[in-house]
Amino acid sequence: MSLWKDIKGTILPFWVTLRYLFRRPVTVCYPERKQTPAPRYRGRLVLTRDPDGEERCVACHLCSAACPVDCISMQAAEREDGRRYAAWFRINFSRCIFCGLCTEACPTLALQMTSEYELATRELLQVIYEKDELLIDGCGKNAEYNFYRRAGIGVVAPRGANPGESSPEDVKSNLP
Amino acid sequence: MNDTLLTLILIVIKLGLVLGTVLTLAAYMVLAERKILGRMQMRYGPNRVGWGGMLQPLADLIKLLCKEDLIPQRADRWVFMLAPAISTITALLAFAVIPFGAPLQLFDRSLPMVICDLNIGLLYLFALSSLAVYGVALGGWASHSKYALLGGLRAMAQMISYELAMGLAIVPVVMTARSFSLTAIVEAQQSLPNMLRHPLAFFIFLVAIMAESKRTPFDMPEAENELVAGFHTEYSGMRFGMFFVGEYLNLIVLGSMLTVLFLGGWYGPLLPGICWFLIKVLGVAFFFIWVRGTMPRLRYDQLMAFGWKILVPLGLLNILVTAAWLIWRG
Ligand code: SF4
Ligand code: SF4
Repeated sequence: MSLWKDIKGTILPFWVTLRYLFRRPVTVCYPERKQTPAPRYRGRLVLTRDPDGEERCVACHLCSAACPVDCISMQAAEREDGRRYAAWFRINFSRCIFCGLCTEACPTLALQMTSEYELATRELLQVIYEKDELLIDGCGKNAEYNFYRRAGIGVVAPRGANPGESSPEDVKSNLP
Repeated sequence: MNDTLLTLILIVIKLGLVLGTVLTLAAYMVLAERKILGRMQMRYGPNRVGWGGMLQPLADLIKLLCKEDLIPQRADRWVFMLAPAISTITALLAFAVIPFGAPLQLFDRSLPMVICDLNIGLLYLFALSSLAVYGVALGGWASHSKYALLGGLRAMAQMISYELAMGLAIVPVVMTARSFSLTAIVEAQQSLPNMLRHPLAFFIFLVAIMAESKRTPFDMPEAENELVAGFHTEYSGMRFGMFFVGEYLNLIVLGSMLTVLFLGGWYGPLLPGICWFLIKVLGVAFFFIWVRGTMPRLRYDQLMAFGWKILVPLGLLNILVTAAWLIWRG
């Protein structure tokens, strides 16, 4: 009986492959037919602005610390009013593995992922993006969040004046 | 004198035609295989170069020619360079004796549709397929790499074992045709192809040539998962290409052998002989591709056991039974 099973098990697959030969392929022919990635697709990174139109990035280096392949680099600088920003900001997309860890690490929601995936090029230097190429005009996925409005102490509002904050305690007043 | 010259010219023309057809066929066989396997797995296969991928073989050729041709530092240079040629040339030489059609009447003379009608054609074919083992074994040995060596060894053991079964399978065919000439063997099948007359021999031969062509499910020598790529691991560029083309040439040779020995050669209704021959060879090739798309790779010990413990005894038994039947019929 087992021999019969063996013979059947050998013959039957041939029928299966023959049937599949006449099925329509499921392949998506890419350059002709493009697919829209899911909203949370991890594509090219961008730097966003806050609702006031100012740069969100405060050059805290958290993203470059979180990046497993070390492809983000920047230099921090400070404006007159004490607001920090990145003097230059560089992402080397030829090394990026699009893991999204940098966006998780970013406390200001400045760094965000987009669904753009067509980065291929023959010029290696073209996939090293500088700040002016990364910085976009909008807020990205969160249109309300404004880091400096919440914690930008002494830059946007005096201490304790941000929404949901109480003014600082005068430590001298509660001495014994 | 004039007659000899004419014969010579005709032979050269035939040679050129056969060589051209066979090489083009081999190139497009690669494409066909990739496309058919693709469809069986619900993908398209190559479809970018030319019309629906029709120029893919050309693109492959250009790519192979432009690639760097490496020779490992401690390889045996000459053997390393010769091995792929042996593989390809043995396959090409086999076409010398394969008859493509019934003799043609031209210029008041009979023109045989075979380059050279040897009366020991079958033995010649077998001698060549034994030589083909050298290409693989030497390629594996000369590369100075463990993977290649193991692949070559496996290939050698497998090809020699199955060649035995192959030899035994055709003895009944020779006995009924009473000749070693391939033309005579085909002519003996005018009424009934050997496939129906000797079904067991047909089965043994089919399995044996599958093993001989080193394709799935008998692709032990190349077993990418275990051996990187087997005997041609160290080859690159056109040298690899020659092994590769050799494999497909071999596929056509074996398909032609199967056609000539068991499928009735050029005989068939309606169409001219040469068309039937081509249809049969392509059919066999399709079957091979189909098997490759269906069957998983065998285990090496199972492969050897199957060859020695099942095919060889069956082949011997088949010879005995055929002989007894022939004697009984007188
Ligand atoms: S997505 Fe991952 S690899 Fe790319 S920059 Fe961010 S952390 Fe680095
Ligand atoms: S992008 Fe975000 S994590 Fe990176 S430096 Fe700017 S604020 Fe910090």
